Amino acid sequence: MPVISAAGLARTFQTKRGPVEAVRSVDLTVREGEILGLLGPNGAGKTTTLRMLTTLLAPTGGAATVAGHDLATDPAGVRRVCGYVAQSGGVDPQITVREELVTQGRLYRLPKARAVERALELARDLGLTELLDRRAGALSGGQRRRLDIAMALTHHPKVLFLDEPTTGLDPGSRADLWDLVRRLRDEQGTTVVLTTHYLDEADALADRLVIVDRGTVAAEGTPSALKLRYGGSIDATLQDTFIALTGRGPAPADAAPVAV
Amino acid sequence: MLIQDTALIYGRYLRQSLRSRFALLFGVLMPLLYLLFFGPLLTDLPLGGKGSSWQVLVPGLLLQLGLFGASFAGFAVIIEQSQGVVDRMRVTPVSRLALLLGRVLREATVFVFQAVLLVLAALAMGLRAPLPGVLIGFAFVGLLTVSLASLSYALALKVRTPQEFGPAVNALTMPMMLLSGLMLPMTLGPRWLDVLSHFVPFRYLVDAVRDAYVGAYATEHMLYGTVVAVLFAVLAVTVGTRVYRTAGA
Repeated sequence: MPVISAAGLARTFQTKRGPVEAVRSVDLTVREGEILGLLGPNGAGKTTTLRMLTTLLAPTGGAATVAGHDLATDPAGVRRVCGYVAQSGGVDPQITVREELVTQGRLYRLPKARAVERALELARDLGLTELLDRRAGALSGGQRRRLDIAMALTHHPKVLFLDEPTTGLDPGSRADLWDLVRRLRDEQGTTVVLTTHYLDEADALADRLVIVDRGTVAAEGTPSALKLRYGGSIDATLQDTFIALTGRGPAPADAAPVAV
Repeated sequence: MLIQDTALIYGRYLRQSLRSRFALLFGVLMPLLYLLFFGPLLTDLPLGGKGSSWQVLVPGLLLQLGLFGASFAGFAVIIEQSQGVVDRMRVTPVSRLALLLGRVLREATVFVFQAVLLVLAALAMGLRAPLPGVLIGFAFVGLLTVSLASLSYALALKVRTPQEFGPAVNALTMPMMLLSGLMLPMTLGPRWLDVLSHFVPFRYLVDAVRDAYVGAYATEHMLYGTVVAVLFAVLAVTVGTRVYRTAGA
């Protein structure tokens, strides 16, 4: 029984210049406890797909279930079982780490005392204990990311969605974050779906990759299977594989990240 | 659930307001300047109503405070949208209506507080008005800010950039202020202007508060003012919640 299954998921935006098909049709199956990497050029529809799977955006076509809850008929159920960290994060820089964590617990309907307790647990698990009374705006990039993830873990979600979690982090913080994601899966059995532009990250972290291009799934499989099939050999780089698949490099250096 | 969620969101944003005391007081500045430098011009003019010129001007300034303050409330949503705070809250099971109501009630609290400061300053300038009337005035400010803040939040989620939001709100509020007779009663003007102003909902509110400030509570103005203020609030909160529920594009 897959923890996520999506069929023909689509989203068309109505803009002043006519309709834009951000996601044309995405089919996706994710097994429980899997770390799935969503890879694709800017504008491929990765963020839009995550926003649909987390109930932030209503699909204009297709259907999906997350941990047994249907996206269209039971969005409240989906919200209870999934955590989401947007690329921008989601904390107010003026508010302290403690207050944000406690508020998040309350938003997940924990009683006050339990929310305070949960904030301390999360801070301990994610190495934020020393920073509890600091304003979120005063944290380093890596600390901010850990806070964002702590917020998304408040309710022990079955599925965690991370949108470009390591963009802008230094190599040390990236390695810490990889360890954290693996630890979550190994210790809690959390399924993690993450988008990334970094092919080394996809290679090292993901059990399976889904390559999205022009709003649809271009290929999927383990990193080595993809290299063998599209890159020509198991020793091909993921970069070669990616270019063979999409006809472009993974992330043009000058392109700003697009969030839709 | 709804009440608990609303209280939670309200608390979060009220603490935010209390952290920026400067902004809390700064909002009173514009109406205060009108009070100081425009109010004295009116003291000997025949304004047509009962009572002193202060009893005509202060109700207008109170609603002006609500009109300009609450209409721009959406700026905060645009900022929070870019910080990801709005989405982070929307992926939790928290009630969508509470996400709107908690913030809107915070705005109402802030503007009623500012209205109190303004009335205290007006008392020092020479305003004399019955206490029940003054309290009725605060109630109207509260209702007006609930309505306008709801619409402002909805607009902010629709337009998305401050560059679009600011001009859009200005284009709507300026004519509203001029046409509703907040500064001077519309009955002083030519007939066409008076008629035109009856199409602006705030006209009914300001007439009602002016009656309250001279101790006339059971009047036609009061009835219309109350009906318009309540209907406007229901409509605005409905629109706001609908947008909060579906927005995300």
